[in-house]
Amino acid sequence: MRVPVEWLREYCAPDLPAAELATRLAMTGTEVDRVEHHGVRELDHFVVGHVLSAEQHPDADRLKVCVVDVGGGEQAQIVCGAPNVAAGQLVAVGRPGAVMPDGTKLGRAKLRGVASAGMILAEDELAIGPDHSETLVLSDDGLQPGDPLAAVLPISTDVLELEITPNRPDCLGVYGVAREAHAATGARLRAAPWEDDPGSLDRDDIGVEIAVEATDLCPRFTARAFHDVRIGPSPPWLKARLMAAGQRPINNVVDITNYVMLLSGQPMHAFDLDRIEGRRLVVRRAADGEQVVTLDEQTRIADADVCLIADAAGPTSIAGVMGGNRSEVQDDTTSVLMEAASWDAPNIHSTSLKLGLRSEASGRFEKGLAPEQALDGQALATKLMLELTGARLVPGTVDVGGAGADSYARSVIRLRDAQVVGLLGVAITRSQSALHLQRLGFETAERPDGLDVNVPSWRRNDVTREADLVEEVARLHGVNDQLPATLPRRRGAIGVLAPAQRLRRRAEDVLVGRGLREIVGWSFESPTRDDRLRLAADDPRRAHVVIENPMSEDAANMRSTLLGSLLDVARHNAARGQGVPAIFESGRVYLAGSATLPHEHHALGVLVPGDIFAAKGYLEALLRALRVTSSFAAASQPFLHPGRSAAVRIGSRPAQAVGWVGDVHPLVTREWDLEAIAAFEIDLDAVVAAARVVPEYEDLTSFPELREDIAIVVDETVPAAAVLDAVRAAGGRLLARAEVFDVYRGEQIATGRTSLAIALTFRARERTLTDEDVAPVRAKIVERLREQFGGELRG
Amino acid sequence: MTGRIAELRGEAEAAIAAAATSAELEELRVRYLGRKAELPNILRGIAALAPEQRGPTGKAANQARQALEALIGQRAEQLAGGELEEQLQRDVVDVTLPGAPPQPVGHLHLLTATRREIEDVFLGLGFRIAEGPEVETVYYNFDALNFDVTHPTRGRADTFYVNDDVVLRTHTSPMQLRAMEAEPPPLYIIVPGRVYRRDSDATHTPQFHQIEGLAVDEDVTLADLKGTLLAFARAIFGRDREVRLRPHFFPFTEPSIEVDVSCFMAHVPGERCRVCKDTGWIEILGAGMVDPNVFGYVAEYGYDPERIQGFAFGMGIERIAMLRHGVPDLRLLYDNDARFLEQFG
Ligand SMILES: [Zn+2]
Repeated sequence: MRVPVEWLREYCAPDLPAAELATRLAMTGTEVDRVEHHGVRELDHFVVGHVLSAEQHPDADRLKVCVVDVGGGEQAQIVCGAPNVAAGQLVAVGRPGAVMPDGTKLGRAKLRGVASAGMILAEDELAIGPDHSETLVLSDDGLQPGDPLAAVLPISTDVLELEITPNRPDCLGVYGVAREAHAATGARLRAAPWEDDPGSLDRDDIGVEIAVEATDLCPRFTARAFHDVRIGPSPPWLKARLMAAGQRPINNVVDITNYVMLLSGQPMHAFDLDRIEGRRLVVRRAADGEQVVTLDEQTRIADADVCLIADAAGPTSIAGVMGGNRSEVQDDTTSVLMEAASWDAPNIHSTSLKLGLRSEASGRFEKGLAPEQALDGQALATKLMLELTGARLVPGTVDVGGAGADSYARSVIRLRDAQVVGLLGVAITRSQSALHLQRLGFETAERPDGLDVNVPSWRRNDVTREADLVEEVARLHGVNDQLPATLPRRRGAIGVLAPAQRLRRRAEDVLVGRGLREIVGWSFESPTRDDRLRLAADDPRRAHVVIENPMSEDAANMRSTLLGSLLDVARHNAARGQGVPAIFESGRVYLAGSATLPHEHHALGVLVPGDIFAAKGYLEALLRALRVTSSFAAASQPFLHPGRSAAVRIGSRPAQAVGWVGDVHPLVTREWDLEAIAAFEIDLDAVVAAARVVPEYEDLTSFPELREDIAIVVDETVPAAAVLDAVRAAGGRLLARAEVFDVYRGEQIATGRTSLAIALTFRARERTLTDEDVAPVRAKIVERLREQFGGELRG
Repeated sequence: MTGRIAELRGEAEAAIAAAATSAELEELRVRYLGRKAELPNILRGIAALAPEQRGPTGKAANQARQALEALIGQRAEQLAGGELEEQLQRDVVDVTLPGAPPQPVGHLHLLTATRREIEDVFLGLGFRIAEGPEVETVYYNFDALNFDVTHPTRGRADTFYVNDDVVLRTHTSPMQLRAMEAEPPPLYIIVPGRVYRRDSDATHTPQFHQIEGLAVDEDVTLADLKGTLLAFARAIFGRDREVRLRPHFFPFTEPSIEVDVSCFMAHVPGERCRVCKDTGWIEILGAGMVDPNVFGYVAEYGYDPERIQGFAFGMGIERIAMLRHGVPDLRLLYDNDARFLEQFG
């Protein structure tokens, strides 16, 4: 919301520069995005001029050479292009040195050979109106040549660009901001501009009948009628204020509705009374599919939840959102029906969303305006209509619904002193609280434990509870300057990572310690990614969480694996000559299910240049660091090389599958313009759940281990894991570990056979083992391998 | 005979003292003490001597042998020390060459590194870490957090919907309610996590990360919130930092505040500060006292708004990371370019 400071100061004028006022507002809860300047600068150079003569330029048909009395006995020759400029006019003159709204500085110039000192200005050049066709002619209100232009017209003002929070629709008007300025600074607040209403409320026979059928959607509807209206341009001061507030002037009646809205916050609507068919307006729900042509000449299709204003010929407006073009005020309008109503906020919100139609009016109504504001708007509009359009007011006001009888009773709230101090943690006295609240327009009455507070109408929707009053007191008392910085007593609270969180950090650190770089990928992915990853039609990972309103179609699915993110990042880097970095991601994946919320788990994925063993090396290091026992079995994934991929299992009895590892399938690497990469992904939640958090001591140092290596030749189709399983089974209690440390295939052994070098580590808890202890175990192992796999001892 | 022994001993002592290398010394050892040398021969021949000569000769020869052995030992050590010294002096490498093989250096992503740092600050302040679902119900994300039905954030222009009742969480705040449902007060938690909003430009990405804080107890005050955030700001942005509280509005806190931290950049006169735009303050988070309406939704779990109160805050990890490290565009964080990644973590 743009608030011209010049306008604000009419109601509250703190003795502060705009920037400081902005800070005071910000520190009491009215957020200021920025302070802008609107209009001209170097005001000394803008004066009232009296055109003494205006002669045709010798070399240019469209230019006139004017001699202008600019005061102080000085006459300036100014070349002017406006067709209407004529001797005798009082005009706005920019003298050399003047700085225009766009920042250009006026100087002395020659136009087609004729010297020109400054400019005779049109209203758009001063940014106080839209018109460029004519020069601005000032009315002769005792103005003298040389008078400062700024004293006549608001040609220069600072503008506060405010961010009004949704709870404060009362600040969507200049006067509402003036109330805040008063509360924030203590500067005097002038009476509201609607206090002296020239209209009357004692009758409602204004010549138009109003029927409100949808009373639930329209708590209050007020109307006044005006005759003998002369449509024309608004006076410069009004246009200037609208311009500074960011609203384009149209004509006096429309400008009045906008001016009233910008000042009071109450949107108004002006009907051409003679274009209301049947002289009767009905406020009703639309029929399903009913069409309304709005002011912007669009046809809108309504449904039964949309509230319309209709006359005998059908709908004329979408209530609270936008008027219709059939009954709008036009140049030949002479009678006006001025409407000011209250609408149900949620309904306006949903209508606005449904129709994709937002307006200044709907933006205010959807936040909930007080019904009292409707008559405030009428009073203010009436004054301006009488003053600016020559209108005659039809005595009386139609007021359907009124301000609500029980509103006063509901809005008295007890504010306990103890609650103020207890919630804020700073001593604020009752009288301080009362003073802060009174400045904001609340009425207070002393009670034994605090104050009874009467909430003003314009805050009724926002301030409904004691906590809301505490906030009002806090923000005016100064949450920043007056509040000590203390720490909670935090009884019984211990700050510690949960084991799973600690282990997740450990898993990440293991990979970082081995040189991997962590990436953070997108949760979103394209629906085409499943095909690119070669997922089968019935692959469970196709059960995506799907976003109904994604940023774009290629970000409509939530990822069900980290692999796509890893491939994207690998490709990004490879395409930039970085090669394929060894990377990992630690993050969520999502799978839709039958429950309300999908399944989410924290996954950990690694992508490295190289083959399955490169990836598996990292995986095994990670699992060992977490003290998770693991096993691997050949198993394929659609996106992995079928002969070079495995399922990752942890624990035993039964082993639990927690992921996969392998060479990425050549068709997938090709799809991402990569080659020779391997990856793994595990369900990190499942892995850390299986980790030994508090390992128990084992005596591994009192007696030495005894190591023996054997090389065993088996068929190459026999997995090493199967051989090791057999070794362990045969090794019994004395065999502490068995690990493959070398693999050989080649000339020295038969084709189709492979030699596995296995390190056997023997250990006894209570004594030092000897070769004699181990020899029979070793023999048993060799025998078992021979029986089970036809294994031959080599070397 | 003892005369010969003394002669030999004298000769050998002189030769040992004069030996210049270990090899020379070894030669002397062989010459004087070796199997064919004269002195050992004398010792072996003792038995053939006249009985009265055996004692004095044996004694002299033994003494001579032991003395020479000791001398050779001493001299050997002297020579070895010198020779090692010489060898070390010759054995020179170019220490400016790199280590071999070079050890790879990995990196946490800047967001993870920043998140952990913030987590650690709050762990130290007595907060635990809670985590919740990213795909969340409208109830937890909006309704129970006191969002008015017309609040613009609920709209499909701002929030990702999975269906009418399920959204991608727009903040980490829903976990406030889930945590309170799970555990009675006192409750001190932070909630880090990924959140989603329909927004995309240099300072907004449709996914980003937040850290929520929640402290609920009988007597937690707004002043306690200020102290907690001051401690956080100083831990992350430097010990000289101050915080500034500005009143604001959030549906689920009352009073609500926005918190600025004093600018940590060195200000150069005449140059506009890129971080604070010369205001001296940087907005870092939103906070407030938990709205009684929110407690109303979890009153049955021990959160009677008449008996307990608390504060909550929420900050963007991306924003903190970008501020601290001068990262100009949020999207850099999600490109994961290796040249970006290796600068942090
Ligand atoms: Zn700065």
